[in-house]
Amino acid sequence: MADYDLVIVGAGPAGTMTAKWAAKNGAHVLMIEKRQEIGSPVRCGEGISRSWLDSVGIKLDSKSVARQVKGAKIVAPNGTPFYLSEKMAGDEVGIVIDRIFFDKLLAKDAVKAGADLQLKTSAVKLLKKGDKVTGVKVKSFGETRDISSGCVVGADGYESQVGRWAGINTNLAPRDITSCFQYRLTNISHDPDYCEFILGSKAPGGYIWIFPKDEDTANVGIGMQLTKLKDPADVKKHLDKFIQGDPRLKKGKALEMVSGAVSICAPIDKTIGDGVLLVGDAARQIDPITGGGISNSCKAGKVAGEVLAKASRERNFSEDSLRRYEKGWRDLLENHLYRNWMAKEKLVTLSDDTFNKVIATLNEVGVEKMSTIAILKAIEKRHPDLVKEFQDLLG
Amino acid sequence: MDEQLDEFEVDITRCMHCGACVGSCPVNAIFLNEVVLVFNDDCTMCKRCIKVCPVGAIKIMGDK
Repeated sequence: MADYDLVIVGAGPAGTMTAKWAAKNGAHVLMIEKRQEIGSPVRCGEGISRSWLDSVGIKLDSKSVARQVKGAKIVAPNGTPFYLSEKMAGDEVGIVIDRIFFDKLLAKDAVKAGADLQLKTSAVKLLKKGDKVTGVKVKSFGETRDISSGCVVGADGYESQVGRWAGINTNLAPRDITSCFQYRLTNISHDPDYCEFILGSKAPGGYIWIFPKDEDTANVGIGMQLTKLKDPADVKKHLDKFIQGDPRLKKGKALEMVSGAVSICAPIDKTIGDGVLLVGDAARQIDPITGGGISNSCKAGKVAGEVLAKASRERNFSEDSLRRYEKGWRDLLENHLYRNWMAKEKLVTLSDDTFNKVIATLNEVGVEKMSTIAILKAIEKRHPDLVKEFQDLLG
Repeated sequence: MDEQLDEFEVDITRCMHCGACVGSCPVNAIFLNEVVLVFNDDCTMCKRCIKVCPVGAIKIMGDK
């Protein structure tokens, strides 16, 4: 008899959601987290939308919400803004959260549902019988011990080890990696009612974001495609230069610094194995255009939790049994991820001049919905030449 | 266990322990245990970790 049905490595949104839905449906679950505090250090721009929260059973508390915004402001390289209401702006706009509280809220939900949680506990190796994963070796407070489980869930983020140890290919091509840096700046005069996205060569192959936390504080960050980086620390240098050149931000002081990398790849071929399953950033479920991962992690986490609860009841964690998760999350997310990856591949090639034209066109013709297709269709009306390259997405 | 590689120098005054290098490494030769970065001998010296590091904390020993 195994110690647990599931050991979940990583207690971020993907891990805690998986834990909650599995425990709620009867599975015996342990979450392990290598850090000493849930939700810290923050590695996130913290922008989300409200639209999907109900579907995964998240009820935000007041502490988790730093700021409600009216929508998104997309800024062309020449400074022209295009405004999108919250309704149209997709999964990353509407609320700016405090991850330090949001992640704890999710962890509390998982614990309430019956899951165990151990902090400062690192996975160091998978236990295997042949190709079948049978548990995980962990280190915590000077002790090393083996924990046996029906299934090990890799919810261990961008730097996921579980997938690699299990032989699942999660490797990324350089063009599918974004390197990020962010300050929480205070003493600034940003627009506190909009999440701002700045496009073009100020952030080659990515964008700069300004997500308001309150009237005089915002998360100001940058993501750049790895293939566009030249010198060491290029990412931080681009952001520093942008801040110095923006009169609204120039006098800002950083309350916090955040760095990290994000995958912006097409959906990977496989996220399961015998006795092992990946979810969230570890499964490369990030939106390749926005770099946002919270909503997809939570949606996939719920699917994973429900499938794993069934697998626990059936005492069957074979790859065949876990295929229900593979199908479930792909039904929900795969088309969207693939389409946005294709669009990202094109977007990173656009010049400032083209971005300027696109924003001007959107202001002229408007757009009903912030989806890749809707935007392309809007642009097609004025500049069929600009979307010629995207024909395969429109067709 | 794998050998530890000492060709790399991590500037701890820059390192944010964010794991950008770990997840980007094509051969999983970097391990981050909370705040300590360790390189092992699977490393092929592709230098992707140096490039992806948002704050320029990683360099080859002896390089400026």
